[in-house]
Amino acid sequence: MNKKVKKLVIEIVAVILVLAIFGIPFYYIVINSFKTRAGAAQMSLGFPEEFAAVENYETAITTQNYMVATGFLNSVIITLGTVVLLILVCSMGGFILQRRRSKLTTFANFLSLVGLMIPPAIVPTIRVLQTIGVFKSLFGMVLVAAALQIPFTLMLYRAFMSTIPKEIDEAALIDGCGRLRHFFMIIFPLLKPVTATVTVLAAVNVFNDFVNPLYFLPGAKNVTVQLTMYNFYGKFASSWNLLMANVVLISLPPLLLFIFFSKRIVSGMVSGAIKG
Amino acid sequence: MNKKVYSYWFLIPIGLVYVVIFIVPTFISFFFSMTRWTLVEWDYIGFRNFTTFFSEIQMVTSLRNTIVYALTTSGLKTVFGLLLGAFLCSSLNLRTRSFLRSMIFFPTLLSTLAVGIAFKSLFHPTKGLINSAIGLLGLKGPDWLGNVSLALGSVIFVDLWKGVGMATVIYIAGIMAIDPQYYEALQIDGGGWWHKFRYITLPLCRPAMNSVIILSFITGLRTFDLIWVMTNGGPGFTTDVLASVIYKQYSNGYYGLATAGNVVMLLLVALLAFPLFWWLNRKEAIL
Repeated sequence: MNKKVKKLVIEIVAVILVLAIFGIPFYYIVINSFKTRAGAAQMSLGFPEEFAAVENYETAITTQNYMVATGFLNSVIITLGTVVLLILVCSMGGFILQRRRSKLTTFANFLSLVGLMIPPAIVPTIRVLQTIGVFKSLFGMVLVAAALQIPFTLMLYRAFMSTIPKEIDEAALIDGCGRLRHFFMIIFPLLKPVTATVTVLAAVNVFNDFVNPLYFLPGAKNVTVQLTMYNFYGKFASSWNLLMANVVLISLPPLLLFIFFSKRIVSGMVSGAIKG
Repeated sequence: MNKKVYSYWFLIPIGLVYVVIFIVPTFISFFFSMTRWTLVEWDYIGFRNFTTFFSEIQMVTSLRNTIVYALTTSGLKTVFGLLLGAFLCSSLNLRTRSFLRSMIFFPTLLSTLAVGIAFKSLFHPTKGLINSAIGLLGLKGPDWLGNVSLALGSVIFVDLWKGVGMATVIYIAGIMAIDPQYYEALQIDGGGWWHKFRYITLPLCRPAMNSVIILSFITGLRTFDLIWVMTNGGPGFTTDVLASVIYKQYSNGYYGLATAGNVVMLLLVALLAFPLFWWLNRKEAIL
């Protein structure tokens, strides 16, 4: 009995601590996004005296000519483009790099490992984007976002590929299946679990990215949600109700992904981390 | 078999994107770090960017801050992640385990900017929640982000708040992979929770711990957005890190100097993170 009580006390303390440290900031953000400007300026946890939820979210979305809505659209385009490009190039690359041992593949594996650690060279990247004529464009942003996630994604694909038996390739060869058909009709469908993980992880990363759009998508056109939030933050520094509404809006997509795919996200992040 | 099925053609798309957008810029950065550069024209000036870099107090401070930031965030995440992970995996059979894990993990998925803005408000010197709580105790809280000696620490705290969930789930995966027979054997020998933690969990979650150390150390060295949104490198330049200095040089149009900063960061990673990685792996092999 005594032991049971002790356990219960420990658990209650843990729940209270976690709620205080992680729950309160979360609650604070949400509740203040419902208050009026004057209410939110008090920066308290109190229940709103006057509700302004609808107005806040409406203003947050429509202000400055629907800047946030445009940002959402751009971010979704970049996110989708990056995810598709990443899946395509990394699944194909991972297939060869895991299956074939040669000097070239060893070197390529080394290059991708280096990319896990070293920071991207920013201004030279801008120069390269200018040279190929895609600087400040959504397409250029997709290229950069994909290139920077290639090392990690490739690692996930390579690791998963080792669980698919080589006999499948032999059988396909004997049946006279061409290499493109072999990869896209037979191998790629088998990669579904890791493709799902990559989709969710890359989507969260690209959607939440602030630094890369700051450098590679400057200007008022093509702003992403994170950039709109940053501008918003500069302009409405004292309208905490609007800021918090913006924070909630921008955090919703990743949180929704988390609710539906929490296992996928956690296992993907962890498997990458432990094998890396 | 090799050539027919595993064609090198498949490497062309990934190679093209990765080499053009990542490898080429990395290589040319070494050259342009030694130039005065307008993106159109360049003058070769040798190592002058680097001497400028190491002679200006702002940049030396940023170098120191970067190392302090990487070491502290990495150390704190390693320790707190281990404690939380071990607690959540313990034999207490917590009923709220998955709830606690989700609560600790969810900040990982928020954007750094969102977290930074929220904490900027929580840290408000007079009205912020944290100082209101301190006020209830009859004390007066400091200006967390405006005080020269506290600002970096405050940002490190927020980084820990946001990142400890990631460390925790890595530890959980590592601890779950430990063969339960070890714990059973210890139980038969009459060991308590401390023995379990000290002699089984701690040594055997080594691979997970190494991942946490390396991952958080490298992220720490490269950190930018949290500092940028919370302090802008201020007050003065007391919380500037390498990445924020690079951004400042870049936005002032000193492209050569910004690139030199990039090279310094690359060398810092190479000189600190690679040996650390190697050393941790070797220790793991010995165990």
